[in-house]
Amino acid sequence: MKRKDFIQNTAAATAFLSLGGISSLSFNSKAEKHITILHTNDVHSHIEPFGPDEGRNANLGGVGRRATLIEQIRRENPNTLLLDAGDIFQGTPYFNFYGGELEFKLMSKLKYDAATIGNHDFDNGIDGLYAQLPHADFDFLISNYDFSNTVMDGQTKDYRVYNKDGVKIGIFGIGIELQGLVNDNLYKETKYLDPVEMATEVSSKLKNEEKCDIVICLSHLGYEYNGNKISDRKLAQATENIDLIIGGHTHTFLKKPTVEKNKAGKDVLVNQVGCYGLYLGRIDFYLDADNNLKGDGVKIAVN
Amino acid sequence: MKTIRILLIAFSALLLSCKESNKDQLSISEISSERIQIDESIKGDEDINKFIAPFKEHLNNTLDSTLAYNPKLLSKNDGDLNTAIGNMMADALMLQANPVIKKRTGRDIDFALLNHGGIRSELPQGGVSTRSAYNLMPFENEIVVAELSGVKIKEMLRYLEKAKTAHPVSKEIQIRANKDYSIFEAKIKGEQIDKNKTYLVATSDYLYNGGDNMAFFKNPINLYSTNYKIRNALIDYFTSVDTIKADIDKRYIRE
Repeated sequence: MKRKDFIQNTAAATAFLSLGGISSLSFNSKAEKHITILHTNDVHSHIEPFGPDEGRNANLGGVGRRATLIEQIRRENPNTLLLDAGDIFQGTPYFNFYGGELEFKLMSKLKYDAATIGNHDFDNGIDGLYAQLPHADFDFLISNYDFSNTVMDGQTKDYRVYNKDGVKIGIFGIGIELQGLVNDNLYKETKYLDPVEMATEVSSKLKNEEKCDIVICLSHLGYEYNGNKISDRKLAQATENIDLIIGGHTHTFLKKPTVEKNKAGKDVLVNQVGCYGLYLGRIDFYLDADNNLKGDGVKIAVN
Repeated sequence: MKTIRILLIAFSALLLSCKESNKDQLSISEISSERIQIDESIKGDEDINKFIAPFKEHLNNTLDSTLAYNPKLLSKNDGDLNTAIGNMMADALMLQANPVIKKRTGRDIDFALLNHGGIRSELPQGGVSTRSAYNLMPFENEIVVAELSGVKIKEMLRYLEKAKTAHPVSKEIQIRANKDYSIFEAKIKGEQIDKNKTYLVATSDYLYNGGDNMAFFKNPINLYSTNYKIRNALIDYFTSVDTIKADIDKRYIRE
């Protein structure tokens, strides 16, 4: 209803605009924006596709194919972000031989925008991770690892705001507790900060200060656990400014995102696409100016 | 005159809407999702595959260069409580890790223990390569050496009795069991196990950390890490020998 009124009220302006050619200011019903988020997690150095005899993974995966697919989607919608939720390293001899160089170089060629850091990304030590950074043309986002006493100091960001077609997309990273999971001589003096506290602080900053239209958390916490261990589902429920959590670590193959209610009663999507680059996750956000919106909230069509 | 007035109205409408839209944030109106399988229906990007090619070639050349010769197929299913392949792996671990530990502690390792499930492939007859080591041990586990009391060694024997499995041990330990797997004799380096002595046991950090329920590794007197991967120990072992000599023997048997 509201939208229809708006269109009528601005009909004259629209006519003027098309004459004046200031088409970047969109005041017509096409004020709608479309942002595509593509994501992977736990690729674990799987560069080549699985062979025909490799059980349930047979003939799946492969960076070359992923590149074709991503390129195709970018042609459909240039306003696309490509993200990874960590554990880029470890799993094939490519990592043992080249230390992660090829993984980072390929992700750069595929034009990844950002990744967070998984526990296996420390497998060659924090120095091994640092040594490969020159091969990565994308951001490492992680807000709850304090690297200040390590070589990684200044190499990562808590968050970054990406601007696509006038839409501000705030992305931040959350990592898993390393103690007990990774040998401490590998992660050295990396300090683990409380994920709920950091996610609350950073997502609030992104929503309220940076005025982001979409807030995404790249997480390596894991989808869910028995007991009290913090997970993506728990993080979704315990915070209030996140729209989407892209997870990893537990190699959870979700057919579609899980919809959780956050602290404010709003929907949060939690997604994860298993591991080894067998799948690419895709989430499409459609946005509109507030005064264009129908009053019935966000329509979530997850299949 | 009339046209100008319309234009003016239009212009003020434009200004108003601009103000409006700058003030208002965008809001999400709709979200949809899709999981896309990456399969043979997608043709690999040629530039990407070309970029991978030299890395792949170098990797394959290195992985497949022959390090040693294996005269017969070794399988983890070819013995009762000890297997040729398990014996080879435990002995190789012992051989490769001992110099590291001896240097650190002044003591020799007493024996090595692995788990049967940790033998991840067969070793076919013919050339043995780095790839063979990756197949046998695809995981990144490292050798650790736990200093265990004689009491804990007895606990280990109880564990083996229950497991009824050919968990690989190195040749320094001899275990004799009855038909029902109950152990009636165990010697380390030819001597009875002394409850008052301590023993250095080489194993995988996976087992030390509770893998396969080997609880006797918990709270050792000392733990020595080696920063030496089991796979690398195998590669170094294969490099150091010309021909693999691996046999089923009498180190752990039922009578």
